[in-house]
Amino acid sequence: MDALILQFLNGLDKGSAYALIALGLTLIFGTLGVVNFAHGAMFMIGAFCAVAMQSMLNISKVTLDPTKLDFLGNPAQIRTPMVESLFGPELGGSIINWSVPLSILLAIPVMLALGFIMERGLIKHFYKRPHADQILVTFGLAIVLQEIIKYFYGANPIPTPAPDAFRGSIDFGVLIGYAQNTIIYPAWRLVYFTFSAVIIAAVFAFLQFTTFGMVVRAGMADRETVGLLGINIDKRFTIMFGIAAAVAGMAGAMYAPINSPNYHMGMDFLVLSFVVVVVGGMGSLPGAVLAGFLLGVVESFASMNEVKSLIPGIDQIIIYLIAIIILLTRPRGLMGRKGVMEE
Amino acid sequence: MLGLSKKDTTFLVVVIFLTLMTPILLQPFPEGSVLAQFNAGYPDLMQRFAIYGIFAIGFNILFGLTGYLSFGHAAFLGVGSYSVVWMYKLLGYNVVPGLLLAVVTAGLFALLIGYISLRRSGIYFSILTLAFAQMSFNLAYSVLTPLTNGETGLQVYTDDPQILMGAGSPNSPHFFGIVMNESAKIDVGGWQFTFNNGYYFCAIIAIIVFYLSLRIFRSPFGIMLRAIKTNQTRMTYTGLNPRPYTLAAFVISGMYAGLAGGLLASMDPLAGAERMQWTASGEVVLMTILGGAGTLMGPILGAGFIKYFENIFSKINDDILHTWFAALPDGLEDAIVFMVHPFIGKGWSLTLGLLFMMVVIFLPGGLIEGGNRIWRLVTGRSRNRNTPGKDAQHHPKPTAHVN
Repeated sequence: MDALILQFLNGLDKGSAYALIALGLTLIFGTLGVVNFAHGAMFMIGAFCAVAMQSMLNISKVTLDPTKLDFLGNPAQIRTPMVESLFGPELGGSIINWSVPLSILLAIPVMLALGFIMERGLIKHFYKRPHADQILVTFGLAIVLQEIIKYFYGANPIPTPAPDAFRGSIDFGVLIGYAQNTIIYPAWRLVYFTFSAVIIAAVFAFLQFTTFGMVVRAGMADRETVGLLGINIDKRFTIMFGIAAAVAGMAGAMYAPINSPNYHMGMDFLVLSFVVVVVGGMGSLPGAVLAGFLLGVVESFASMNEVKSLIPGIDQIIIYLIAIIILLTRPRGLMGRKGVMEE
Repeated sequence: MLGLSKKDTTFLVVVIFLTLMTPILLQPFPEGSVLAQFNAGYPDLMQRFAIYGIFAIGFNILFGLTGYLSFGHAAFLGVGSYSVVWMYKLLGYNVVPGLLLAVVTAGLFALLIGYISLRRSGIYFSILTLAFAQMSFNLAYSVLTPLTNGETGLQVYTDDPQILMGAGSPNSPHFFGIVMNESAKIDVGGWQFTFNNGYYFCAIIAIIVFYLSLRIFRSPFGIMLRAIKTNQTRMTYTGLNPRPYTLAAFVISGMYAGLAGGLLASMDPLAGAERMQWTASGEVVLMTILGGAGTLMGPILGAGFIKYFENIFSKINDDILHTWFAALPDGLEDAIVFMVHPFIGKGWSLTLGLLFMMVVIFLPGGLIEGGNRIWRLVTGRSRNRNTPGKDAQHHPKPTAHVN
């Protein structure tokens, strides 16, 4: 039983990432009707926001200390990060330590801006083109974004540690009444899960309880009528595109400690996220979230040794297998709306 | 001739001529000259032109004619490679049994995947094929290791049975004694031309499959496929079931991909799982779109274009750039080199991505359409001569079912 709970928890953090990316994909798809293959790149850029934040906070002033010598006999260089000299070593040190959560402050404006530029500059011209063209142009854009990041940050993964406070593990078993050391779980992953739950809840609340969200939902249901009522729906959809990009970016920034960012991580997640969207049902936001967590957990269960010995290799293909079965038996996905992406 | 119209025969003859003369045509600069690095007439690259040309021709039969965008064709490429290497291991280094097996297994595999995937269309079809290809890739890496040798890649070992290996047979891939990696070098003046057996083997196969695809394009079957692309609903109303046609197109293009994969292994007796990864599927999509989907020559041009620039561009480095712009004032020279730097060498993928985006945005017909536009500009012929009038009623906009 405790093994099952552990696998369930393991599935949640990957599931959170899937759910956040799939949520953004579905937002874009539901509002603008565009299949965005560059969404994985948004996730990747978000992760690199964390890297950028880390290196920005570590910009140091180099002072020479003539009293100490390094092994070559030169005066030792002492690097004091600017932040430390600004806020004092105590506060400055903890700011540097918390660079990953702080990078969200960087990720949100960057991703919003990127989303706006992308939508206004490129995607706008593709509304009337076939879906194949949209896939192709965003696929090209994903390659370009990925190569730009590779140019600046190189091809190797860059470790971005979580704050010290969350670096260890939590004995999760004790909290729910198991013996000690049965369910040990990395603390940051719990943080990630909580974070993604908050973001998902915020997006839903925004759509459900604000006037803006109501208009957007109306626009998703019937864009033309909303336009006829004298509402500038295009502007709102552009903002939604920015929000979707920001969601992916935040998901990426917070994922950086779990998986050191490299330039092709977006593509790896994108393929799976598309599968998630299809399983959840094109255009259904709850479906995307549900399917994201579901597939994350299922994937994690499939990688248990007991299951693997029963059906070898199942952990590698389970997600795709589920997608194929769902597409063939329930073409609309788990919670798909009628008339979305059907001829 | 050969069941082709006069125009097509001329076209085919031109293609045959160009293909056979490639080792000379791609070697326009004498050895040792500054521009020699732009020569592409070396065996490895020419083989790639032919092989990826075949891959793209096959992909074009599916995507160009029916409009179904498959993101999983690399799976067939991989299956083809594995088949050939297995035949090396079991029978011997003659490529013929391997290539036959490659085409057959890829065809069967395509039949299975196509039968399932083609029940859906549009983006769902793309994702289904992508899912199948990723599944095959993951399996090749993990459980199927006895068949695929996992990460190491499949290769021939000395203790393999190779039952048809005679005492005198060559110890590398050959076609009834013609060894693939042997080539004849001819020096003419400052030029050196390499005539490689492997290239000519691939080239002859490429010509044959090009001829087949030409026949398919011109056949009633091809027209049926085009009808599916234009308006599948109307086709169904006419009482035709499009499924068998699309499935046939899918299997044919799968067999082309299997053949291309087999040829890859015929040139270099190795097969790795990374050939099945979805980036490889993406590459053939790039080639076809870049050249011009739905045209006969487009995919081949696209394949050649990408493979050529991949090889040449990635070899250019800052030093070479400095020699090129040496005539300019120093500051300007440095500035230009600095600007160009991200796009060359390792940055070739960036250039490719940008180029691909430009083509999709401005030139949906690919390089072929670009060529046609320039041709019309040069000859001064009006562009709108053959396009239908503005009468929307009689010329309804075809709704592509890929919508």
